[in-house]
Amino acid sequence: MMEIFDIYLLEALVNGILLGGVLALLALGLNLIFGVIDVTWICYAELVMIGMYGMYYLFSVYGLPYWVAAPICILLVAAMGAALHFLVIAPLLSAPPINQLLATGGVLFVLQSFATVAFGIDFRNLGIRLPVLALGEMHFSYARLLAFGAALIGMVAVYLFMTRTYTGTAIRAIAQDRQIMALMGVDTKKIYLVTSALGGGLAGLAACLLVLQYDVHPFVGLSFGPITFLICVLGGLGNFVGGFVAAFLFAEIISLGGLFSDLEWGYVLAFAFFIVMMFIRPAGLLAKRS
Amino acid sequence: MNKPLAWGIGLAALVALPFVYRDPYHLHILVLILIWSFAYTSWSMMGRFGLVSLGHGGFMGVGAYVTTLLWNHLGVSPWIGIPAAMLCAGALALVVAYPCFRFRITGHYFALVTLALSGIVLQIIIATRDYTGGSLGYTPERTKGSHIVALQFDDKVVWYLIALGVWATGLAIWYWIDRSMSRYAMEAISEDEDAAAAAGVNVTAEKLRITVISAVMTAMAGALYGQYQMFISPDTVSGIAVSLQMVFAAVVGGIYVALGPTVGAIITIMLAEVLRIGFGTKAVGWDNLVYGVLLVLFIIFLPKGILGSLLAWLKSPSKHKDG
Repeated sequence: MMEIFDIYLLEALVNGILLGGVLALLALGLNLIFGVIDVTWICYAELVMIGMYGMYYLFSVYGLPYWVAAPICILLVAAMGAALHFLVIAPLLSAPPINQLLATGGVLFVLQSFATVAFGIDFRNLGIRLPVLALGEMHFSYARLLAFGAALIGMVAVYLFMTRTYTGTAIRAIAQDRQIMALMGVDTKKIYLVTSALGGGLAGLAACLLVLQYDVHPFVGLSFGPITFLICVLGGLGNFVGGFVAAFLFAEIISLGGLFSDLEWGYVLAFAFFIVMMFIRPAGLLAKRS
Repeated sequence: MNKPLAWGIGLAALVALPFVYRDPYHLHILVLILIWSFAYTSWSMMGRFGLVSLGHGGFMGVGAYVTTLLWNHLGVSPWIGIPAAMLCAGALALVVAYPCFRFRITGHYFALVTLALSGIVLQIIIATRDYTGGSLGYTPERTKGSHIVALQFDDKVVWYLIALGVWATGLAIWYWIDRSMSRYAMEAISEDEDAAAAAGVNVTAEKLRITVISAVMTAMAGALYGQYQMFISPDTVSGIAVSLQMVFAAVVGGIYVALGPTVGAIITIMLAEVLRIGFGTKAVGWDNLVYGVLLVLFIIFLPKGILGSLLAWLKSPSKHKDG
């Protein structure tokens, strides 16, 4: 009896790590936007939702192979990120933060109702059933393994871009000091646009991976949007490493909570954990104690 | 004409209205406007002091669901259920807001924490679908006994008067806070927390008090909405969409003026209604699409809200270009 229990526990633990990869990817995109532009995209999960529809249409309707559809989808969502910045955020850069928050909230409404109008409210999926990897008595779906691997590769790529290229260095510099960098000859407008496109691209990558595991519908963003915000706050807004650690902590809680009860209760547990952590580490997991 | 007299005449006219004019559809819209105005006013109690909460959808959901659950499962009258729901919302507000305020979580952080709160309340409602009906929604059971005990009325005029009374109470609370020391303390806090603390303001306690008042009032609005509509679903009384809708309406109307949220409710509800009828039942989602686009345009071009911009424009005609 005990052995079976342990195997389920181990399976849940590993699945938690796999889920953590995608959550970390989402948190990275949001943190990037916040760290550099100092704006929170309330509609971030809705960008992912549009990306998932993009994958559905490219793959199931136009019949493109997955490996061709995925890059197109990533570029599409990246372009949407840049457009979001250009059309909505840029005119509000000097406005009070509440107005920026609300404007992206309005975009959330727009994207949800756009999806309802354009795609209907039916649940759709790609119809790909990836095989399940059996390891002893434990079972892991390839979809999750693939998502975890791709998310890690995506994060390493962003790391390399941020540390090895001029644009990446400029992005990190702006995150440290917004005023000075403009004086140093960095075109902040261009950097903001590149950052928004990068954040959008990460949402697009997440969409390609999530669509393998979940059905897409206009309100799918609501099921992982709030958890992404919690992760970013727990890790410390704009703190990339903190967001990474927090994503895995949350994923483990959701996965282990789901082992004993429904998945929704996993979310509820994660929220309770979040409140407790706010008492212990209010400025984020990795913040220095003052 | 002096101010109290104007208020008195206005209120008397509103009370008299249903006895003169009683078209059910228009009364229905008026009741909705009054209930939501009360909710938006509750939100603005915090919002005007820079406490941007996106968790009010959660408080509203607690208000509506606790009241209805108590009635359906335990047969507790809403007269007791509504205060109980308000108590729950107040407790929830305390549990979430205390660490936020104690540890100086403000601005973006506060907005995101509260945003997550409304998301989680939504998840709990869906997770406990055996009791709450999940995403399909939930209906308070029709009473077989007294309508007054069950707080269920078929006559729209009764609901209009109830909603009017609650709305006026909301404005009275606003006025009371506006005249109290708390208002000055909160304004000092929203300018500079450290300076306010140095001047002897108990920052955490002041913020907590206004948050709990706001949350409790919002729960009341949710409970009333449920009793009036006789149907609640996670999408209509809780979750992020409702939170955003509240903030929008309040900001569109103007959050620094007592009647701003009411103006916001009138504008947003009329707009939604006109769009809904205009597009008919065939074009599902189009009304929300246009609504969302208009709201984004509002935020970009009229950041002070309609009433706020109007008042600013009236006060300084020379500066009306940037209003």
